[in-house]
Amino acid sequence: MKGLILILGLSFAFTTVNAQTAEEKGLAIAVEADKRDQGWGDQKTQLKMILRNRHGEKSIRETHGKALEVKGDGDKSIIVFDTPRDVKGTAFLSYTHALKSDEQWLYLPALKRVKRISSSNKSGPFMGSEFAYEDISSQEVEKYKYKFIKDDKYNERDVFVMERYPQYKHSGYTKQIAWVDKEMYQPWKIEFYDRKGSLLKTLTQHDYKQYLGKYWRPARMEMVNHLTGKSTTLLWLSYKFKNSFKARDFDRNSLKRAR
Amino acid sequence: MKYLASFLALFFSLNVSAGEWSGNIAAEYRYFSDAPLSATQHDNYTSISIQPEWFHEWDGGKQSLTFTPFLRQDQHDDERSHSDIRELTWLKAADDWELRIGIRKIFWGVTESQHLVDIINQTDLVENTDGEDKLGQPMVNVALIRDWGTLDLFVLPYFRERTFAGVEGRPRITIPIDTDNALYQSDKENQHIDYALRWQHSLGDWDIGLSHFYGTSRDPLFVPGPVLTPYYELIHQTGIDVQATLDAWLWKMEVIRRRGADNTYLAATGGFEYTFYGVMESSADIGLVMEYLYDDRGAMASTPFEDDLMLGVRLAMNDEASTEALVGIIDDQDSDSQILSIEASRRFGNNWKLNLEGRWFNHIAVNDPLYSFRNDDVVQLELAYYF
Repeated sequence: MKGLILILGLSFAFTTVNAQTAEEKGLAIAVEADKRDQGWGDQKTQLKMILRNRHGEKSIRETHGKALEVKGDGDKSIIVFDTPRDVKGTAFLSYTHALKSDEQWLYLPALKRVKRISSSNKSGPFMGSEFAYEDISSQEVEKYKYKFIKDDKYNERDVFVMERYPQYKHSGYTKQIAWVDKEMYQPWKIEFYDRKGSLLKTLTQHDYKQYLGKYWRPARMEMVNHLTGKSTTLLWLSYKFKNSFKARDFDRNSLKRAR
Repeated sequence: MKYLASFLALFFSLNVSAGEWSGNIAAEYRYFSDAPLSATQHDNYTSISIQPEWFHEWDGGKQSLTFTPFLRQDQHDDERSHSDIRELTWLKAADDWELRIGIRKIFWGVTESQHLVDIINQTDLVENTDGEDKLGQPMVNVALIRDWGTLDLFVLPYFRERTFAGVEGRPRITIPIDTDNALYQSDKENQHIDYALRWQHSLGDWDIGLSHFYGTSRDPLFVPGPVLTPYYELIHQTGIDVQATLDAWLWKMEVIRRRGADNTYLAATGGFEYTFYGVMESSADIGLVMEYLYDDRGAMASTPFEDDLMLGVRLAMNDEASTEALVGIIDDQDSDSQILSIEASRRFGNNWKLNLEGRWFNHIAVNDPLYSFRNDDVVQLELAYYF
C-alpha cells in the first residue's frame, strides 16, 4: 500500500511540478529518499565516538551494533558498548516506531539484569554525546512534516534545502533544516532548532560511500552544539550488509548474549 | 567439587590465549562512624578486590565460554576475605533454544527496593548488605524461545550457603553465626537438586514474568544457641513480576508465595518510577521512585520489610563522566525504623571509576531484624580500575 502511495506521489511530482506546494514537494523528497534506502535488509556496524568539551578535551566511546530493517515500521537494533571499560558489555535494544512510542531495553552485565526503559528520553544525550537518541534512531517518513525551501549548492553539489518538523512525542526540536543531495537523496548537513526556535546544533556528514551498489552511508558525522561549545564526531569504522539477521537476533535473549 | 574440577579441566583444555580479557580491580575503604557493638569490630576497613573476565566465542557467536573469578582481601574480616567463581559457563545458542551449562548468575524481577522474585543465586552478603551481590550458582539451563514468550528451565545441582561477616566484620548480627555447621531439611544437604522454571514475555508496553522454584531456600532460618546455626529448609516459591512502561512512568510489581515445611506466606513489592527528562533545559534526568514493601507474616517476617515504604530520587547527569546518584529511604510504617542510603558514581578518564556509598540506620526498633545494625552507619568509597 505504501508502494502505491509512493508511485502516485511521484507521478504527481513529475506532472504538476508548478502546482505543487512547498509542503508537497518536501514530502515527495522525503518519500523518494525513503524509497531509495529501502531493502538494505540488515547491517553490522562498528562505531567510534569522539566527545569534545568546550576546552577541546577528548573522550572516546567505542560500540558495535547491528540493525534489522522492518518493512512498514521502524528498525530493530542492538548497540553494545566496548569502551569505556566500566560499561563494556552494556547493551541497548530498541524497536523504533514511526509515531507510537519506541520499545527499549537495557542490559546491565554486572547485575545480569535486563531493564525495560522509557523511550520518552528522545531528546536526551546518547552516551553523553551531542547526539540525542532521536538523532540516531531510524528515520521514518511519518516522523516529520516537510517543507521544501529552495534549490541550492553545497560544496559544489546540487542540493534541496528543506525543513522538517517532528511529529512524534518528546522531540527536543521544533524544526530541522536539511541540505539533501539531489543525486544520493542523503543529507550533507542538518541544523537542529530547539523548543524556543533557536539554532541548537549543526550536523554535517562526510565521506559518503555506496554499499550494495545502492545504499549511501557516511563514514564520518560531526555534530556541534552551539549552546555549549561541545562537539561529537562519529566515525563509522565499518558497515557490513547481508548478515542474514532475523527478528530472533533482536530480542531480550539475544540482548543478554550480545558482547 | 568434582563438578567444579571438571569445568576447570574443560576450561584449561581450551586455548586460553584465544579469548579476550576484561574486568576490574578495586580498592575500597569503609568508615563506621559509631562505636561498634562488639569489641572485636573496628571503625575503619580497607580491602581490595579483583574480578577479571575471560570470554571466548566461536561458531559465529553461537557458542561461547565465559570465566569470571572473583577475589577479595579484607583488612580485618576473615569471612569477607573470600573468593568465588562468579561465572564459568558454556553457552550454545540456536534459533529457538539456548543451552547454558556451568556456574552463573541469573537476575529476575523489576522492582528496585528489594528483589523478591529473584531466587536462583545465593546472596554474597559479606560483599554488601544490600543483597545485590550474588554467589555463582552451578546449573543446567535450557531456554525455549517461542512466539508465546521465553520458557527457561533450570536444574540446580549444588547449593551455595550464604556468606556472613566474621567476628571482626561489620555490619553483622550480634551473635556469631556458625557457618561451618549449617543444617538442612533435606538429607542430601547441599547436594539436593533444585529445580526452577520461568516464563517471560513482552507484550507491547507490558513485560511479564511467571516463575516457580522448588528446592533449598536461599534464605536461612537460624537455630538459636550460644552461636546461631543457619538452617536451610526446602521450599516451593511461585513468583510473578510485571512492569508497564507508559511514557515516563514505569509501573512495577513483584509478588511471591512461599511454602515451607510449616509456614506459607505472601510478600509483595509494588510501585512506580517517574522520570523528568532534561530538567531545567539541561541534559540531566531526575527520577522519582516509590515502592511499598509488604510481607503477610508482619512482625514475624524474617526480613525487615513487612510494611515499609521506599522513596528514592535518582539523578543521571548524562555527561561524559556518567555521573549518577541514587538517594533512597526505606521507612517502616509500624515503627520509626529507617534506612537511608546513598549511592553515587563517576568515571575519571577512560578507565577509572569512583563509587560512593552511604547507609544510615535510624531509630531501629528492638524487634526489627536490623537491630544488630543499629550502630553500623557506614560510608564507603571505592576506586576501581577497569581493563
